[in-house]
Amino acid sequence: MTADPLSRVFSALADPTRRDMVARLAVGDATVNQLAEPYDVTVQAVSKHLKVLEDAGLVSRSRQAQRRPVHLEAEVFDLMTKWIERYRRQAEERYRRLDAVLLTMPDDVEPIPPTQTQPTQTRSTQTRSTQTRSTRTGESR
Amino acid sequence: MTTTSTHQTEITADPDVPLVRITREFDAPPAKVVRAHTDPELVAQWLGPRGTEMRVDHFDCRTGGSYRYVHTSDGVEYAFRGCFHEVRPSKLIVQTFTFEGFPEGVALERLVLEDLGDGRTRLTSTSLVDSFEGRDAMIASGMDVGIREGYERLDDLLAR
Repeated sequence: MTADPLSRVFSALADPTRRDMVARLAVGDATVNQLAEPYDVTVQAVSKHLKVLEDAGLVSRSRQAQRRPVHLEAEVFDLMTKWIERYRRQAEERYRRLDAVLLTMPDDVEPIPPTQTQPTQTRSTQTRSTQTRSTRTGESR
Repeated sequence: MTTTSTHQTEITADPDVPLVRITREFDAPPAKVVRAHTDPELVAQWLGPRGTEMRVDHFDCRTGGSYRYVHTSDGVEYAFRGCFHEVRPSKLIVQTFTFEGFPEGVALERLVLEDLGDGRTRLTSTSLVDSFEGRDAMIASGMDVGIREGYERLDDLLAR
């Protein structure tokens, strides 16, 4: 695959087994056999997962892959997870505002509004109340 | 905003196509969740990034309809528009999404609502763009550090 660095890291971390492996490696280096132990999969399958993590720059290992320990490239991992977590948190904040909107709506609402609405301008209380915070932390986009 | 909830937003990226998937559950039935996506007065209350003002130009959420809205942040306007390609109430919305500052770029967005019963809904939102770089730009769009600086730092790290 010719995807760029962030895409490779993003994809590598999308798999729960590989996330587990990264968590294990955060504790310390481990061999392929040690990494395979907790899983009901072959060493070959674990090696395949490791190859994905390695291509993403998240882990490194020497040529004698079976015996030499796998090492987590912590700085790469931290940078990437920060990017992804920030994106996730923004979606979560958006959906918390949606949670709040849902609470204000009647239960028996139609899924589509009955008439076409004229152009509207709204400044929500949620937006207003979070503005100072976003200014303080510099997190608005 | 503190009323909810233990639901967590989950993000996944497809390894084979430049797609981001966001999944989240809501304590409301599908009709309510979809109404909050189809009614412009409700949409304006939650969709924009925090600290921005959202003005809806038009928002005709029907199959074949279109929308345009403007976010204003620190006096700068960011306009977005797109078409509603397919709208099936309480089930599915397929739409395009374009930032007018980059009009040749377009994302294909798909919103699927799943009725979990007991007045709960799982919402799955996917966004497909035409390159992995485009997807990364989307992911990094909210960063304090721009994506270029991020890449430079990443290049440095990977070059070691």
